[in-house]
Amino acid sequence: MELFVSEGNPHCLKVLAALEVTGVQCGVQFVNHEGKVVPFLRRPALPTLFLPSGQQLFSSNTICRYLFELNGPESSDQCNQWLEWEATILQPALLRALHLAVLQGKGSEVPTVLQGPLNVLDQSLAKGSMAYLTGETVSVADVVLWGALHPVLSVSSLVLSDHKSVKAWFDRVAAERGCQSAAQKVLQGKGLEAMKSYMQKQPAPQSRDTQPCNSSPAETDEGERTVSEEEMEAAALTWSKDLNACSIPAEKQHPVMPQEGNRNVLITSALPYVNNVPHLGNIIGCVLSADVFSRYGLLRGWNVLFVCGTDEYGTATENKAREEGLTPQQICDKYHAVHSSIYKWFQIDFDFFGRTTTEKQTEIAQDIFWRLHKNGFLVEDTVEQLRCENCQRFLADRFVEGTCPHCSYPEARGDQCDKCGRLINAVELREPQCKVCRQTPEIRSSKHLFLDLPKLEPQLENWLERSTSSGDWTANAKQITRSWLRDGLKPRCITRDLLWGTPVPHPDFKEKVFYVWFDAPIGYLSITANYTNEWEKWWKNPHQVELYNFMAKDNVPFHSVVFPCSLLGAQDNYTLVSHLIATEYLNYEDTKFSKSRGVGVFGDMAKDTGIPSDVWRFYLLYVRPEGQDSAFSWADMALKNNSELLNNLGNFINRGGMFVTKFFGGCVPAMELQQEDKQLLAVVGWELQQYIQLMDKVKIRDALKHILNISRHGNQYIQVNEPWKKIKGGESERQRAGTVTGVSVNIACLLSVMLLPYMPAVSQTIRDQLNAPQTCINTMLQGPGTFVCALRAGHRIGTVSPLFQKLEADQIEALKKRFGGQQITASSQPAAVPAPPVVAEVKVVDASDPEKVKQLAEAVAEQGDKVRALKSQKAEKAIITAEVSKLLDLKKQLALAEGKSPEPAPQKGKKK
Amino acid sequence: MALRELASLEKYLGLKKPNKYSTQGDKKVPVLQNNNAPSLVGLVTIACHLVKEANRPELLGDGAEGRAVVQQWLEYRVTKLDSHIEDTKSILKDLNLYMQDKVYLAGNQLTLADILMYYGIHSIILDLAVQEKEQYVNVARWFDHIQHHPGVRHHLPPVVVLRNRLYTSRHH
Repeated sequence: MELFVSEGNPHCLKVLAALEVTGVQCGVQFVNHEGKVVPFLRRPALPTLFLPSGQQLFSSNTICRYLFELNGPESSDQCNQWLEWEATILQPALLRALHLAVLQGKGSEVPTVLQGPLNVLDQSLAKGSMAYLTGETVSVADVVLWGALHPVLSVSSLVLSDHKSVKAWFDRVAAERGCQSAAQKVLQGKGLEAMKSYMQKQPAPQSRDTQPCNSSPAETDEGERTVSEEEMEAAALTWSKDLNACSIPAEKQHPVMPQEGNRNVLITSALPYVNNVPHLGNIIGCVLSADVFSRYGLLRGWNVLFVCGTDEYGTATENKAREEGLTPQQICDKYHAVHSSIYKWFQIDFDFFGRTTTEKQTEIAQDIFWRLHKNGFLVEDTVEQLRCENCQRFLADRFVEGTCPHCSYPEARGDQCDKCGRLINAVELREPQCKVCRQTPEIRSSKHLFLDLPKLEPQLENWLERSTSSGDWTANAKQITRSWLRDGLKPRCITRDLLWGTPVPHPDFKEKVFYVWFDAPIGYLSITANYTNEWEKWWKNPHQVELYNFMAKDNVPFHSVVFPCSLLGAQDNYTLVSHLIATEYLNYEDTKFSKSRGVGVFGDMAKDTGIPSDVWRFYLLYVRPEGQDSAFSWADMALKNNSELLNNLGNFINRGGMFVTKFFGGCVPAMELQQEDKQLLAVVGWELQQYIQLMDKVKIRDALKHILNISRHGNQYIQVNEPWKKIKGGESERQRAGTVTGVSVNIACLLSVMLLPYMPAVSQTIRDQLNAPQTCINTMLQGPGTFVCALRAGHRIGTVSPLFQKLEADQIEALKKRFGGQQITASSQPAAVPAPPVVAEVKVVDASDPEKVKQLAEAVAEQGDKVRALKSQKAEKAIITAEVSKLLDLKKQLALAEGKSPEPAPQKGKKK
Repeated sequence: MALRELASLEKYLGLKKPNKYSTQGDKKVPVLQNNNAPSLVGLVTIACHLVKEANRPELLGDGAEGRAVVQQWLEYRVTKLDSHIEDTKSILKDLNLYMQDKVYLAGNQLTLADILMYYGIHSIILDLAVQEKEQYVNVARWFDHIQHHPGVRHHLPPVVVLRNRLYTSRHH
């Protein structure tokens, strides 16, 4: 056993006394106050006792109690009570007393501070009329309390004049063998003076408990990057460059066609299945990610075409039609519109959003089929298929459930097992059940056509080798593909006994349709064909076109193995995927999204939450399941909105703009860059570079962090330079305020461009407020990143107003409840699919009267200034309150006029 | 707050007849009223007393050393966690490091230290963002474990702790 103590530390006095009084054998080491002996504690903790087992005790009372219990009985309840009192009541008072006496020379105030606890002790001793605290012999409580009080009581005799019983007890304990020598060891006979260096290292005691403050969690612990001279000069040079005068990205000219000499990027997002309302996971996995990348590509000056559409054929649609008493085509029409309106609300900017039930689909699918047939990549075979006699039909894979033949998971689907991920033939399922009627289906045989994947495998591997090494495939895409090839490819059936599908043109199979997995990806081609007749310039042009496929990971094999095999086998110079971008899954509050249980937020509900589309986009992208599964959480969303958007990003952009308006009459002031400004430019330039590098590799979530870093740097810069103070100073100070303000609004301008892919509406609002030239859009993201001064001195900015609103805890709690799953089960039986939303009247918040909004915004700004002025003049509280309530009222009106929820946004804790 | 903790502890211990409590001072220190003995003051003191009353000595640790480690964390609870002398973050950082190789705070089984620390730290964990829970992954794991211990949670709402990590690229 080893005890670590330090001189002048009053807690060490307690344990040394306990050691002497108990006579326990133990090594003692003196270390300095900052000696770090407990490996897991960041602050030094002395005294510390190393137990024989190697564990440490680092609280003095626990050590004392242990020493006493080694040779004696367990400490009594009474003892425990005194020890707890000492630690929780007496110590805080003692710390204050010692602070006053040792560091502030106010020894005279000590009695007042200690009076309360000493009264308690005195009364207890007087009442008990025992020699010691808990009886007639010395206990651990006596030693601990004596040790704690010794430093003050031994010097300030006046403290004890009112406490006779304490005095008698204190002297009795002091006479115990060992107590005095312990005091000598710790205080060295120097009294309070001996504790000076110890006390200096203690946190200043607080008279009142203060709430611990949690700073923004997203703040990274990364150390400051040091910036070299060269970087600073280079950043300043870039800053002084002109905006790109040419090629203002006007409206896209449709149809977009590949251009010689430009980077031609074709982006597809996995086709959502038509009869489901997409949930947030679907949205982030494909369309939203693809949209961000597509918008980013335009900023980079690439020639981008972004297509998507609904996947409409298949049994599920047939069933849905039966349920709703409509034809499959009617179902598709209805739900296609639902999808369209959802994506529109999320601002997914497709160049074309089509569907698979078109003539072009039939034409192209049949052409590919005949080519495969002609080239000998189709084989015929009889298939054992499950038929439910009760329902009078062949069962599609997804309508069979049973036990997985590989891993015995009891709820495996007919096509795939959700547990082990292996593909299954429905007939291999053990104990199969018809999902509709729960009867056991029968096996029937039927003749079908198969795509001969084993025959295509060498070609496929050859192509995969090239594509995965030259393109940006996500790690999961590569890994899933590899494991597919490792398991060996088998022929895959491409025909089905169904009605609702693309008809198989072969006369021997004329009653059949194509299996959706064969048919659906061809949708990319046919949708493009519906967009332009010259679709082949995109899809049969592998040398000029780079193809990006966006999807969730469950879709990977169809895009990396099966569909490429169809296209390779067709031998018609098709454009194959160059970059396969797959996300992991997004969970909902640690569970899965479930339509039937009503758990989670579905695309059509997002707009009813009153939270703007841009904020939804931001949060979904912030938690984009990039590399790992992630989860949507309401509380986290509120936190990110309030800490990142409101307090960090929005605050910074608003501050810069407000300074220009308030201090410089709305015109960007002259800027004279000093070393400090250049350093900031270099840091911002570096973040911009990181952003571009990550975005080029479709690391959308990671890139977003660098945007937020820039505004963090910006806020810090403003905080340090305090332009609102400098503006009141002399000539040079005012000039400094001007430079800081000018640099800040220019950073805001850069941020608006970097934000564009993520939050298109907010991005535009920022540029409108700053009255920024459109040319800044296609300048900033050129090359490795070019942060130029887009808003030169004299530039007049527009009206600045806050960009974001606070999400209040009760609002979020209500939403969490609403989407937590109760609402469906409470109202209807769980099997019923909730009624689809009415599409016809998509309630897009009417574009409000812009004139009125402008007037109100001005009124709000004016009133805000008035309030601030009153506050700074220290006006009467009643007057301020009245003006503040006027301001809040105006803000409410403004919010209503802007079509937002009139949630008042108290700007609490907002920095100047 | 402390009274609700003690009520939950009583339930966990299966004590049949509920004790009478009051509080003392502006810190609302709990007081256990005893009919035939002097009253007891202080959360830890009362909690230890209840454990003994329920005849569950294993909750106070095995042997002198084991008991000392339990007491160590009980003292930590009322001096560090409840006092706000140290900020929440350093407490979480310290605990996270300590719990790196531990399932329980003291020894190899649930003790009173786990229960009272769980009660005391609940409000802090409740306020953590997903990302912070990941940052203090060992604390979160321990917390999740304790809150699922049969009978422990009682008056407190469960806190969701994710099992899969969201934020990987973070530097620690």
